[in-house]
Amino acid sequence: MTDTPLSQIRNFAIIAHIDHGKSTLADRLIQATGTVAARDMKEQLLDNMELERERGITIKAQTVRLNYRAKDGRDYVFNLMDTPGHVDFAYEVSRSLAACEGSLLVVDASQGVEAQTLANVYQAIEAGHEIVPVLNKIDLPAAEPDRVKQQIEDVVGLDATDAVEISAKTGLNIEGVLEAIATRLPPPTGNPDGALKALLVDSWYDPYLGVVVLVRVKDGHLRKGQRIRMMSNGSVHTIEQVGVFTPKMVPAASLGPGEMGFVTAAIKTVADTNVGDTITDDRAPAREALPGFKPSIPVVWCGLYPVDADDFEKLRESLAKLRLNDASFHYEPETSAALGFGYRCGFLGLLHLEIIQERLSREFDLDLIATAPSVVYKIRKTNGEEIELHNPADMPDGSVIDSIQEPWIKATILVPDDYLGAVLTLCNDRRGQQVELTYVGNRAMAVYRLPLNEVVFDFYDRLKSVSRGYASFDYQMDGYEEGDLVKISILVNAEPVDALSFMAHRSAADRRGRQICEKLKELIPRQLFKIPIQAAIGGRVIARETISALSKDVTAKCYGGDITRKRKLLEKQKEGKKRMRQFGKVEIPQSAFIAALKMDA
Amino acid sequence: MEPLALYIHWPFCAAKCPYCDFNSHVRERVDQARFRAALRRELAFEAERSGRRTLVSIFFGGGTPSLMDPATAAALIADARALFDAAPDIEITLEANPTSVEAATLGAFRDAGVNRASLGVQSLREAPLRFLGRRHDAAQAIAALEIARGLFPRLSFDLIYARPGQQEADWRAELREALALAADHLSLYQLTIEPGTRFATEYARGAFALPDGDDAARLYAATAEEAARFGLAPYEVSNYAKPGAESRHNLQYWRYGDYLGIGPGAHGRLSFGDTLRATRRHRAPEEWLARVERDGHAITGEEALSPADRAREALLMGLRLAEGIDPARIAARSVLPFEAAVDPAMLAACLEEGYVEWTPAGRLRATDEGRLRLDALLPALLR
Ligand SMILES: Nc1nc2c(ncn2[C@@H]2O[C@H](COP(=O)(O)OP(=O)(O)O)[C@@H](O)[C@H]2O)c(=O)[nH]1
Ligand SMILES: C[S@@+](CC[C@H](N)C(=O)[O-])C[C@H]1O[C@@H](n2cnc3c(N)ncnc32)[C@H](O)[C@@H]1O
Ligand code: SF4
Ligand SMILES: [Mg+2]
Repeated sequence: MTDTPLSQIRNFAIIAHIDHGKSTLADRLIQATGTVAARDMKEQLLDNMELERERGITIKAQTVRLNYRAKDGRDYVFNLMDTPGHVDFAYEVSRSLAACEGSLLVVDASQGVEAQTLANVYQAIEAGHEIVPVLNKIDLPAAEPDRVKQQIEDVVGLDATDAVEISAKTGLNIEGVLEAIATRLPPPTGNPDGALKALLVDSWYDPYLGVVVLVRVKDGHLRKGQRIRMMSNGSVHTIEQVGVFTPKMVPAASLGPGEMGFVTAAIKTVADTNVGDTITDDRAPAREALPGFKPSIPVVWCGLYPVDADDFEKLRESLAKLRLNDASFHYEPETSAALGFGYRCGFLGLLHLEIIQERLSREFDLDLIATAPSVVYKIRKTNGEEIELHNPADMPDGSVIDSIQEPWIKATILVPDDYLGAVLTLCNDRRGQQVELTYVGNRAMAVYRLPLNEVVFDFYDRLKSVSRGYASFDYQMDGYEEGDLVKISILVNAEPVDALSFMAHRSAADRRGRQICEKLKELIPRQLFKIPIQAAIGGRVIARETISALSKDVTAKCYGGDITRKRKLLEKQKEGKKRMRQFGKVEIPQSAFIAALKMDA
Repeated sequence: MEPLALYIHWPFCAAKCPYCDFNSHVRERVDQARFRAALRRELAFEAERSGRRTLVSIFFGGGTPSLMDPATAAALIADARALFDAAPDIEITLEANPTSVEAATLGAFRDAGVNRASLGVQSLREAPLRFLGRRHDAAQAIAALEIARGLFPRLSFDLIYARPGQQEADWRAELREALALAADHLSLYQLTIEPGTRFATEYARGAFALPDGDDAARLYAATAEEAARFGLAPYEVSNYAKPGAESRHNLQYWRYGDYLGIGPGAHGRLSFGDTLRATRRHRAPEEWLARVERDGHAITGEEALSPADRAREALLMGLRLAEGIDPARIAARSVLPFEAAVDPAMLAACLEEGYVEWTPAGRLRATDEGRLRLDALLPALLR
């Protein structure tokens, strides 16, 4: 089943803004080619993880091999690549795209072009793809295919005359899509006799097979028993199995140029299988690796602590298990005076952080406290030494700091005109620098440079709320720049709470300090004693609030002789206190840690 | 040996009040004779185990024990006097609902040996009485009080305040009327929403709201102020009495003394040397009855309490009292050093804040401010 002639292979991705119908179209293509028996068909076949299904996002790249007899009478093999669907995974997306020669650009004909549409198209163009525009949801009364075609031409700069008009939901014109793949997308190229070069697209951990590696062969062959070498780290493994996804894993004798499939080789952890790496033959290695490999570097860090200190060991094991399947996430032990023993964890972005946190609680049943996310600052000390700061609590004393650099991003925001003012205000409030402001049909497209630090705190939420959900947003990293940054410490009952300290630009420090004190006042329930809350830069207090003592808390009714019940109630209360963090006489609920640094209530 | 109090539970009521989570049940008919026999068997069973001790109090609680056949009370009182050494000033209390039916039988209970009555008046206003689902009006309650006053040397009644929308001035006025009617003891409870009651459902649905902590605190302070004008002091969180008129039965609980509990769902604490046993009984009346008839008792659980549990119980009850606790007594009752029962840092903080204080006699008591926050104070203070 392998060694299909190159001319009859098509490798393609579907790119789309969220909810424009990527998953639905993929399902239809799988169905129409009879790849999965009708009875095995379930919605969104490719979104495997529960979390992926729920959120409608794809975290891991996946492929499915489709067999299609085209109108020209020839039998094609289509490899559909489902790429991860979020900016946090921009690098992973670029590697998935590098495994394909073409893309279907799916645009919701009732919505038109969105920020992610653009970002994805640019990436596909960068990957050298041939792009076929597909207008989806034309069954909707609100669909305006002609207007959207015009938009694709004006904004995206693609010829949309031959855009395929479909309804993925009803199945209308799926045939048109299949034909377009066969006739309009280019076949892969490659040398069957050259030294093996296969692109490592993604990998995941399977408890039975070990690590499953998703590959795209460029030159040469992959076969069972072959000794392969990872070119980035030189590690060598013996292939146990090669095969293709239908989307079930089906073994094959070998995989040749242009083909996509999987390799298993008794690999224990995905940390050994770097996305973007080149796999070659150990005995007859290629001279050069494929271009574009980058080790993944976390951009956002936060501390994760078990609510119940007894769960630390469980957290350690769970993180190790998660890392088996996600090498882009990093963790190192950390102690906090406030929170005890935990881990500082690095993520590709905010969504990635949220996903990991959610998986820890869902799959491993862990109750966690997360500290506010922090970006990575570069600090130059007066002695010339440079350090990377992952945790504001570790910030050196101001007297030894020469300068601090912070990461910036370039953000693209599309928003209807009505909300443009509010969006620009938001960006300006967050120290944004306008790069470009143009119009896409009746919508504005604002390109801004923003400090990442200003984005990690609830920027998405704010953007959504000021635009009533109509703004779409995408970003890419855009280098480091020096900034006038200070560390703000939070003192509860005159004691600094390390887990609540954070970095801010000096111009925003007073406002942020005030907001956080106010927020904490709301979040920390009144207790036996009154509690002063302060924000400070170094020794200087910039804001303060006081939580007054609770005024009455006594059950003034008759209990009779049932003391047991009263005692059990007391024990439950004490148990409940365990879930709070004790600071001397004061208890802070974990919600305070999570919400404290969101700037707007 | 520790002196004893005896609690007897009568689990039936004419109707279920929407706020009440006591073990009370509504039955069309109750076989009084069988329940009387069963209660007497449980009493004999407990007396056998406890041995002959001084008996300081008998309390008929409920439910609505005033619906019990007075002959049952008479038989149980006579049995108890025969099985134990009744203290000369033994207190024998009957809880009664102030409906006209029950008012008519109060004399028979006095003849049976009851010497103290506690009436569930709940309010002297018609609208709250209806809200609380009571089957009597204020006039009936006052009439019942007058009858009881003529019959019993000691008399108390209950009111429920901190009701939805209750204004401080209105409560003061109502309470003053109540104090004028009162003898030397009142129980003044704040309406508490208990899980599983009809009020719990309605409250969760937002059908009514309760005064918030600040308002409840103000009402509580107003209550003590009004009571003081009539010479009644809050000797416990919600109990007010003239000196010497305190409920001896309830003091036995709050001072963590020994007590037997018989009847459906009744609890007991009984010490033997260094151990202290907690017992509880089957709650459902019919099941309780069947078990007693079969086994002679309906105990469903009995355990020797750990020293830590005993210390917690002793403290959580004792700190409700204005007199506070005696550390030596706590240590003796729990067989745990007092220092091991409380968190020293928290104790220091609470002393400093003025929530607790040491009396010249070496007792630890919650101050007025402390008692107002006792539910928060206890989990902080106790280990
Ligand atoms: N009316 C209509 N709805 C569609 C069509 N295609 C997809 N949808 C719906 O649009 C929503 C998002 O689709 P999905 O495939 O999950 O989008 P994805 O986020 O791009 O994967 C789902 O509720 C689909 O049922 C279509 O052709 N017509
Ligand atoms: C054992 S109960 C009832 C005695 C008697 N059956 C009656 O209703 O008068 C004793 C007292 O507890 C009080 N009480 C019962 N439930 C209450 C609640 N949920 N909140 C406040 N007080 C309550 C009432 O004042 C009641 O009179
Ligand atoms: S409050 Fe009294 S009368 Fe009402 S249900 Fe409870 S025990 Fe019965
Ligand atoms: Mg999807």
